[in-house]
Amino acid sequence: MEIKNFFATRKGIIGVGVFIGILASLLQKLGNPGNMGICVACFERDIAGAIGLHRASVVQYIRPEIIGFVLGSLIAAYLFKEFRPRTGSAPMVRFVLGMIAMIGALVFLGCPWRMFLRLAGGDGNAIFGLLGFIAGIYLGTLFFKSGYNLGRSYSSYTSVGWLFPMIMIGLLLLYIIFPQIKGQQKSGIIFYSIKGPGSMHAPFLISLFVGLFIGFIAQRSRFCTMGAFRDLILFRHTHLFLGIISLLLSAFIMNLILKQFHPGFSHQPVAHSMNLWNFAGMMVAGLSFALAGGCPGRQLFLAGEGDADAAMFVIGMITGAAISHNFGLASSPKGIGPHAPLGLIICFLACLFIGFSMRKK
Amino acid sequence: MEKETVDARGLSCPQPVLMVMDKMRSLGKGKIEVMVDTDTAKENIVRAAESQGWQVKEIISEDMEYRLTLIKE
Repeated sequence: MEIKNFFATRKGIIGVGVFIGILASLLQKLGNPGNMGICVACFERDIAGAIGLHRASVVQYIRPEIIGFVLGSLIAAYLFKEFRPRTGSAPMVRFVLGMIAMIGALVFLGCPWRMFLRLAGGDGNAIFGLLGFIAGIYLGTLFFKSGYNLGRSYSSYTSVGWLFPMIMIGLLLLYIIFPQIKGQQKSGIIFYSIKGPGSMHAPFLISLFVGLFIGFIAQRSRFCTMGAFRDLILFRHTHLFLGIISLLLSAFIMNLILKQFHPGFSHQPVAHSMNLWNFAGMMVAGLSFALAGGCPGRQLFLAGEGDADAAMFVIGMITGAAISHNFGLASSPKGIGPHAPLGLIICFLACLFIGFSMRKK
Repeated sequence: MEKETVDARGLSCPQPVLMVMDKMRSLGKGKIEVMVDTDTAKENIVRAAESQGWQVKEIISEDMEYRLTLIKE
């Protein structure tokens, strides 16, 4: 039959998980914030800050990992003839789900990738996030079983698939034109944190190349942290699950080697111990990832291979980050934001509205 | 042998696999033709079919689409 895609095999997905775990730990060693070698939600939030959509001065930086994820996936998709410009599967719903996902993730302080990296770094609070994440995905599978469906996408102009990668190239150009000036909060029109997590980052080019590499192998392997649990619950399929287990173990071993493993619940980096809210935040995020068909990383890789609906989800996440910080929904190491409980309840109700009202049968 | 068709083109995860699994369950055995338009869906369906004891007899690719034939005797 046809040439087998190695990355889609069992060994392939395990290899990809191992690489991501190792590279994430190394990025932390090279300067990224604690247990945040890679965090799609946090990094998109930092990008939202860098272009001034929110003014939380501690989380503003054009994170090259995100740019790399999209462009790495684009390159892989072209090399293997998988670039499929497509759109039309309820883009507005995907935008709203992206916003909700980000609001939930920023209550917990991390996307599912970072949740595993927090576990691998010894942060016990992430256990509550993980439980919430699984609960949210479980709710999502119930909607799938009862006929929830966002409808078909249709192939479109090549340029439709290129728009989002072009925005990423635009961000890269903005960084090059307005590079960071030491000790300055602003360079031209771009904001840069001079303290806090936004000021902590690995060298730009290293982050970019790691991002490109991960984007490439993740596009090939379809790595997805939400799909891992969804397929396990829905079909008893362990394929994607092997990917996240290998990520967790490899990051854990790397953290031991690099002396980045600090078990405990208090004083964990960029984390809080209000564990009811860690659970609730990730439950809402998990549900919206499930309803949108991919974790935040997977949405970036899909956007790179031409899926403009996934790109809408990402833009929704970036918008959600701005709302989170502007409206006091985002957490800080001190605890949840003043309006987080109300915000999360509204987000949860919106997910239920989407899940119940968009069923075919 | 009667042939059933599943058109999962344009649908995102986990929809194509859900549709094929439902069809495999309701038929028990026979022949199913599945249409998809991404490599992800193609790989997922091959994996799902094999896990249910179905054989992937043929994969035809025609301009940006795949036509899979699944068989269980």
